[in-house]
This record gives sequence, structure tokens and C-alpha cells, in this order.
Amino acid sequence: MGFDIDKIRADFPILKREVYGKQLIYFDNGATTQKPQQVIDCITNYYLYKNSNVHRGVHKLSVEATTDFEESRNYIAEFINAESEKEIVFTSGTTESINLIANSFSNLLDKGDEVLISSMEHHSNFVPWQQLCENTGAKLKIVPVNDNGSLDMDFLDSLLNEKVKLLAITHISNVMGTINPIKEIIAKAHNYGIPVLVDGAQAIAHIEIDVKELDCEFYCFSSHKVYGPMGFGVLYGKSHWLNNLQPYQYGGEMISTVTIDKTTFNEIPYKFEAGTPDVPGALATVEALKYIKNIGIKNIVEYEDELLVYATQKLLEIDNMRIIGTAHHKTSVISFLVGDIHPYDIGTLLDQMGVAVRTGNHCAQPLIDNYCIPGTVRISLGIYNTKQEIDIFIEALNKTLAMLA
Amino acid sequence: MTIEEKANSLVDEFQMFDEWMDKYSYIIELGKEMPLIDEKYKDPQHLISGCQSRVWLYAEISDGKVKFTADSDAVITKGIISLLLRVVSGETPNDIANADFSFIEEIGLKEHLSPTRANGLVSMMKQIKLYAKAFQLKSN
Repeated sequence: MGFDIDKIRADFPILKREVYGKQLIYFDNGATTQKPQQVIDCITNYYLYKNSNVHRGVHKLSVEATTDFEESRNYIAEFINAESEKEIVFTSGTTESINLIANSFSNLLDKGDEVLISSMEHHSNFVPWQQLCENTGAKLKIVPVNDNGSLDMDFLDSLLNEKVKLLAITHISNVMGTINPIKEIIAKAHNYGIPVLVDGAQAIAHIEIDVKELDCEFYCFSSHKVYGPMGFGVLYGKSHWLNNLQPYQYGGEMISTVTIDKTTFNEIPYKFEAGTPDVPGALATVEALKYIKNIGIKNIVEYEDELLVYATQKLLEIDNMRIIGTAHHKTSVISFLVGDIHPYDIGTLLDQMGVAVRTGNHCAQPLIDNYCIPGTVRISLGIYNTKQEIDIFIEALNKTLAMLA
Repeated sequence: MTIEEKANSLVDEFQMFDEWMDKYSYIIELGKEMPLIDEKYKDPQHLISGCQSRVWLYAEISDGKVKFTADSDAVITKGIISLLLRVVSGETPNDIANADFSFIEEIGLKEHLSPTRANGLVSMMKQIKLYAKAFQLKSN
């Protein structure tokens, strides 16, 4: 299937919605994406016809649910090109995936060890490491960004050494859309034997992910940012790493045998999946991934790139426009400021005209502080957005600026 | 005028506007007329938390009446505070502590009243009442 924008838009029922009597223009895809009918139907069908607990029942429904659930693991493994489905741990989202690793690393770190992150991290790939370091006495080192929003690679080089026990870095900046040269970064880290965790929250919907090619130790993403349901996410981990890490939650499902004296844990990935999992979440995630695969990731990259270039050009025609993040490699995310107008004012007035944008620090306070700005207005575009919507947005923005002048 | 009368007259003023744009332009205008907080009080102590934009609020009492001054770096936020202050400034701590801010809803700014809204309007109202209650305690 090629890229048929009309068909795509028709698949997303929410796009027909009005806000304040105006046609919704949804430009907040970095926060969460909308869901196609296929994903919504999948969840409904699960509860209508399939609902049952997995991995334990002898009855027909449970066996079916378990089969579907485990097949979704296979599909996701294949989608990101993992070596085996055992390397796919289901979580509630990127945040839990990162916290899982941060927790499991707590007994691998000592005083004098270092953890590396970058200054463009979302709080969810910042705070867990900061806490881990506080609790273990390890040092948190931060790779800064250049003025254009790209990672300072020379500085990264200067921070790599044998004391570093983990590098955690985002694939794509949620504020600026910068695509980090992640493969190169991982190779550099590996020269020192440093394992790498990649926060793929902003990448999964926009570029092709191949964990084997990247050679990362861990890769995390959320379903809701790739047209799937909220509350479901994935942690990919290389088998030997997952095998050696301690579980971080205990309960049913994750055990092998339990006696009053001792409990032995299940094998991977189950030892990290305590409790009843989000089965419809897994099935609907597969539906979402199939949806974008059908369109073709290459087609998506091409289309969103076109939107990015168009929106950037249009924005730059506005006086006193300042785009935060102009790295050469970036996705369809644009953060901006106009003169000294507060982002909140712009966001509030755009909302009145039906345009949903994000304003503020985007859960990346260290980055925003780095630029000494009060936050930004951010538009983040997805597969169903159009040039026509960008035109309407620009018109609304000009109206907004006239009101605030 | 009592707090209630002042609130009612604000609601009347806003009834002139059919268009949201005119309403918001008026809010922005009112913000420009608000008595500004003295620069020396623009410190962390007078900063209201819970706002995406920064808001400072200061209150003093003379002859039993509370006078508020404020500022914000976002003009819409500033305009909305000015609505609140226009209604409560110059009133007694008792009246302010018992004030009803539902006129904000009647003006058609209901969406700003959500506790999760990033402008912190709810925090502002709380802070106004806290000042009033503190003055009440002092005078007792």
C-alpha cells in the first residue's frame, strides 16, 4: 500500500471532531498519537469475545488469549528485528521500561562508577538515573547539546571511559526532533564495554527501528506514541543482559517455584512481568504496528519530512520567529518562540481556534534551562497531518500574534 | 460595591462579546491595567507554583481593606488574575475569605478552572484566600 492521506485520515475517527465549534487540528503527536479504527476495534473485540487471563487457564478462552498474547510478542520482536521474542518484555510504557532497568542496575553500581545521559533527555530518561546515582553513590555525567540541538559528540568522546557503567540516551529529542546518530554513539560506547539504553519513545512512529543493526543493549518505547493504546510499552533487552538482571517487581507470573523457604524466578521475559499483563494492550499494539507497516515506514519518513520542511518554511516567514532545534537530522517536531511572547499565551489562543499544540518545558526542564527560555510552543506532526492543516495553523498563529502584539 | 456586585458587573461587561477573540482581547487589555506588584516582591516567596507561566502575587492591608498587586510573564494569565483582583482588591479579609469565584465560569472561562490547567488559576484563587485568612488571623 502506498501513502493515501485521505484513506489514512478516514481511519482516525477523532479527526472528525470539532473543538469550540472548529475543526480539530491535532499537532500534539509527540505527547500522544490518535488511534485508527483498527486499533479501537481490536480492543473492543478483545473484551467482547476474547477476554480471559493468560498463561494459567486450561480452558479454551485462556488458551486462545495466551496464544494471541504470545503471538503479539513474536510480532513485536520481528518488527524491531530482535534476535528472539524472549528479548521483548511487556511494560506499561517507556517510563516503566527505563525504571525497570534503572532498578535492576542498582546492585551493579558502586561508588566511583558513572552513568552517562544527555541534556536533551525527557524527565523519564533523566530522573530514574539521577535517583539511581543518588542511591548508589555513582556519578551522573551529562553530555551537552550544541546550539542547533544536536548532541555534542566531542564532549561525548571526552566522557567515555571504563568507569561508565551505562549510557542512557534518547533516539529522538521530544522537544526538538533531533535524531541522534545513535548507531555511532552505541559503537563508541561499546569501545569501552559500556552498555547502552535507548529511549525510543519519539522514534518508533517515525523511523525504522532495527535493534540488531543498532546493537543497543536496551530499547524502550510506548505503544500510545505509535497509534496504539495508552498504558502499554516494550522493553527490548539483549538476552544475556536480561538473564543477568534482577527482577524489579515480584508476584504471580514471574516465578518458577515458590516455597515458604525460597522462590525461584521464571525465565525471561516472564521474570520481568509480574502480575496480570495488559493483554488487549499487546494485541492492539500489534494492530498499530501492522497499520504503519502497511503504509510503509519509508513512505511515512518521506511524507513527514515533507510536512517538516513545509511547516519550517512557513514558520520562518513570521517575524521574530525562533526555532529551537535546527539539527540537520530531525523528525517532524518543531519547537518555537516568537519574540518575547510567552508560549502559554500562544498555546491558549491557538486552542481557541481548534489547533492543539503543546507548550511549556515538555518534561525536559534541563534542556529548556540550557537555552534560558520560558519553554516553547511545540508542534509535532504525524501520519494524518496535512499541508492544508499547516496552512490553517499558520493563519491561526498569525491571528494569535496580532492579538498578542 | 460588594464582591458579588463587582463580579456581576464583570459578567455584564463580558456579555457584550459574541466572539471569543474579542473576549480574549479584552482580558489582555484588562491585564495591562492591573496594579503591578513592586519589583522587589517578584521573588520566589511571592511566586505561585503550579503555573506554566510565572505569577507573583502580593497583598497588604490598610484600614482593614486588602490591596492586591500581581504580575505574570504571560499576558492571558495576567488578564485573568486582573479579573480576580478587580473583584477582591479593596475588600475586607472576611469578605475575601468567603468570596465566590464562580463568575469566572459565567464569563465563559470555565476551561481555565480545571485544576490541571497549566495557568494555575486555581492556585491563584487559593493564594488570594490564604492572604485573606492570614490577615483575618492577625486582626483577631
